Amino acid sequence: MSDRVLRLVNVGKTFGRHRALADVSLAFVPGEVAAVLGPNGAGKSTLLGLLSTLAQPSQGRITLGDAELSRRSPLRASIGYVGHEPGVYGDLSARQNLRLFASLYGLANAELRIAEMLARVGLDGVPREAAARTFSRGMLQRLALARALLPAPEILLFDEPGSALDPAGAAWLAGELQREREAGRLVVLVTHDLAATAAIATHIVVLRRGRVAYDETCGGYSADEVRAIYEEATRGKA
Amino acid sequence: MARRSWIAQAARIAWKDLHIEGRSREVVYTMGFMAALVVLVFSFAFISGQEDAVGPDAVAGILWVAVLFSGTVALSRTFDRERESEAIRSLLLSPVPRSAIYAGKLAATAAIMLLVELLLAPLLTALFSAAIWPHALWLGLLLLLGTIGFASVGVIFSAALLRARSRDALLGALLFPIVIPVLLAASRATAYLLDPTAPDLDPALFWTRFLAALDVVFVVVGLWSFEPVVMGE
Repeated sequence: MSDRVLRLVNVGKTFGRHRALADVSLAFVPGEVAAVLGPNGAGKSTLLGLLSTLAQPSQGRITLGDAELSRRSPLRASIGYVGHEPGVYGDLSARQNLRLFASLYGLANAELRIAEMLARVGLDGVPREAAARTFSRGMLQRLALARALLPAPEILLFDEPGSALDPAGAAWLAGELQREREAGRLVVLVTHDLAATAAIATHIVVLRRGRVAYDETCGGYSADEVRAIYEEATRGKA
Repeated sequence: MARRSWIAQAARIAWKDLHIEGRSREVVYTMGFMAALVVLVFSFAFISGQEDAVGPDAVAGILWVAVLFSGTVALSRTFDRERESEAIRSLLLSPVPRSAIYAGKLAATAAIMLLVELLLAPLLTALFSAAIWPHALWLGLLLLLGTIGFASVGVIFSAALLRARSRDALLGALLFPIVIPVLLAASRATAYLLDPTAPDLDPALFWTRFLAALDVVFVVVGLWSFEPVVMGE
């Protein structure tokens, strides 16, 4: 894995007259699970959109190592994204979806990699021709993770990854995030789930009204500590 | 990762759309139904029992109106599969140039439209005794050029309306005024080709060239503008 740091310097984002993010400076290092917390409208999803390169900052800059991360940058291939929606084609089977994206990423040994990913997310037993639209929410989320991991990205972005998963699915996902962190990937997840954050996060960022209200790296948080950090930061005292 | 050529990536996008359509056939059936309906309605209006009552100008107009309406059905579905499950996000995050996504979408949409147009030609021959065979290849070229011109603009508007709530209503309102020159050139050239009494085909050649020039302009503008449009810049 690369040791490039993902850095935001004085980043701001406005939509018309609405300021979604202001003066955000953060650094995310490989091998950490960074949880971005905050109430609705705090700018979490906007931040993830900027990190994914699908949105451009109105001010400031975002870099990965020495290179600027912009929407035209080839670095976007280094980013895996798992959002609320699975981001796959419902009319294609799991294998066909992965084959399509492997082809678009120009992956060598694609079939081997696809088989490896399907086995990893537990979809290798699914009938080969079953269209993704027939999958349960949990299966779709597994397919989304397989799609995101397929090109072995440096950075994994998750937007509320466990929101539609049952407890077993959420536990499985937490294990996968842990595994990616141990493999040296940077994982950034936006979540409202404070308990899950405590279990896996090694870096906590709390946003409040588009600004960074808390930014600490330590890990080993308890659920109560995360809750206390969150409540204090979102009250505006942090 | 091995780098793939721009054309190979565009072809992969197009193949994906055609593969999905081949399985569902939703768009082809809906378009075919719309095109046949348009032609049938005109046939009820124009055919009064007299032989050769419908001239080549009218037949050309009917053909391109059918292409316009059925093509709009295709364009309204162009990004539907990307919108479902937010597959567009995955596509835009991939290292594929956005212009290749546009080219792939254009190729797939044009291919589906052309398939329906191939079915339209015999219908026009049967209902209006249209003389399509003397210049069949030229007519085929006109359909190809007209379809590319229409779809090149339509794919851009379809992408622009990706997240618009009333996209189906807006698509026609935005698209039709822009494609008027394409329809004008295509229908004029078609009318000359369908006219067995036309003294020469120079006007048809002029309109065909004009249509080809429009295609070049629209495709170049589409390739250039797709990225800012689809990214919402």
